[in-house]
Amino acid sequence: MEIEESINKTNNKEGLFKRLFISDSENISTKKRLFNGLLIFLLLVFVFIFSIEKIGYDMRWGAVFKYKHKFILGFKMTFLLSFFSLFTSLIIGSFFTVASRSKFLPLYYLYRFYVAMIRGTPFLVQIYVFFYVIGTAFNLTNRYIMGIIILSLFSGAYVTEIIRSGIEGISKSQLETSDSLGFNTYQKYRYIIIPQVIKKITPPLAGQFLSLVKDSSLLSVIAVNELTKNIQEADSLNFASIENYLLLAGLYMIITIPLSYLSKLLERKFSYEY
Amino acid sequence: MNINIDNLTKSYENNKVLNDININLKNITSLAIIGPSGGGKSTLLRILAGLEKPDKGNIKINDWNILFNEKYLKTYRKNIGMLFQAYNLFPHISAIRNITLPLEEVHKINKKEAFKKAQSLLERFQLSKHSNKRPDKLSGGQKQRVAIARALALNSEFLLFDEPTSALDPELTMEVLDMINNLRKENKDLILVTHEMGFARKACEYTIFISEGKIIEHGESERIFTSPKSKELKRFLGKLFQWH
Repeated sequence: MEIEESINKTNNKEGLFKRLFISDSENISTKKRLFNGLLIFLLLVFVFIFSIEKIGYDMRWGAVFKYKHKFILGFKMTFLLSFFSLFTSLIIGSFFTVASRSKFLPLYYLYRFYVAMIRGTPFLVQIYVFFYVIGTAFNLTNRYIMGIIILSLFSGAYVTEIIRSGIEGISKSQLETSDSLGFNTYQKYRYIIIPQVIKKITPPLAGQFLSLVKDSSLLSVIAVNELTKNIQEADSLNFASIENYLLLAGLYMIITIPLSYLSKLLERKFSYEY
Repeated sequence: MNINIDNLTKSYENNKVLNDININLKNITSLAIIGPSGGGKSTLLRILAGLEKPDKGNIKINDWNILFNEKYLKTYRKNIGMLFQAYNLFPHISAIRNITLPLEEVHKINKKEAFKKAQSLLERFQLSKHSNKRPDKLSGGQKQRVAIARALALNSEFLLFDEPTSALDPELTMEVLDMINNLRKENKDLILVTHEMGFARKACEYTIFISEGKIIEHGESERIFTSPKSKELKRFLGKLFQWH
């Protein structure tokens, strides 16, 4: 009897543990998701608050609020920079993907040099070179347009490699089948390659676009009036560094979280259920 | 179907895969190409399908005097059907869409008609209940049969099969061979590279034996299998039937 009871007890215990924490099926209940999500969130908040208490830091949110116009201005600018750069880098990436597959060798080598240089050098150096050397030489001095161009050129190299690897992932036999069925090049891309590539590259592309949003902060070095620069300015006035940068992080997340949500939606849309 | 091949040669990096192939066949409805692996039979078929360019030689099939430039090949490929060993259905679209897509886009048949045509073919081959499944939800035999239905829908002048059953287990192999045999009964001309000797013998009128890039022997299938002349063919068949 006693043994049985104790077995039952442990079973119950295990049962409770399983019910609360273990993912058991494809459809985890909303309650379970909420519970576990909240648990981790609160844990992180606790660690943070504990640390702030421990160092005895006195939060002064009022000092931050005083400069809210700077935050709003910077946020708008970062949003616009990211928005335009995202599209431009997609266009640049598509162009260099075509170049990478081109039989015209100068175009192919343009792609090779472009990707090697952009991916092999620090973004900071690229910003200085493009803005102060090339921009000055060719009289391109609008920092915002230059900011978008520079950010897009930088991100475009990664986008190129993502799209290129997506296309190369389509098996040769599929291309051969399209040939043997009589598809022309346009039809081959439109109906066979692109639908499969979009699905394949959406997750890494989303990752790249999240990086792009954050990388836009480096444009502050050529005095583009974006979010990070505004916060740095506010910081030099109110000295509430931790508050300023926490808010900065939060504001970036307002852009990045919907972006990653959007990519999930796209991924689902292009999953092969027609 | 009339087939005329003159001095056909093809090499890959100094390795002669086809070495001066010559053959002239008239009024053939079904042709089997047999031979040891690596002997050049698939390469020959791929050249006949316009997927590979020969180094030199002339090929004439019916009225097609095949020119190996992209423009000519595009028209040519549109008019013939090719079936591959690995089925090669497009993975991102359903079975029926695999059939209607080339009908609509390449052959400019309107949506309704293409759908009807595809549906009736799938029905005929007992595949209707799979028509909305994507290829990864189909068995190997079903995939190959959908691929054959696709080739049939295009109303090709003749069909080329590259080892259509070599990736299938015996039961599914029978399923596919039955289907191919059905086509033959309808006088659909076909050329088939195969390891299924029974099928070559019973279902194909004429057989070519290729080894080391050359046609060693060819003739009526029954004759090829019952009284082979060359020692290469004798050895090849002897090896095959060792375990029969």
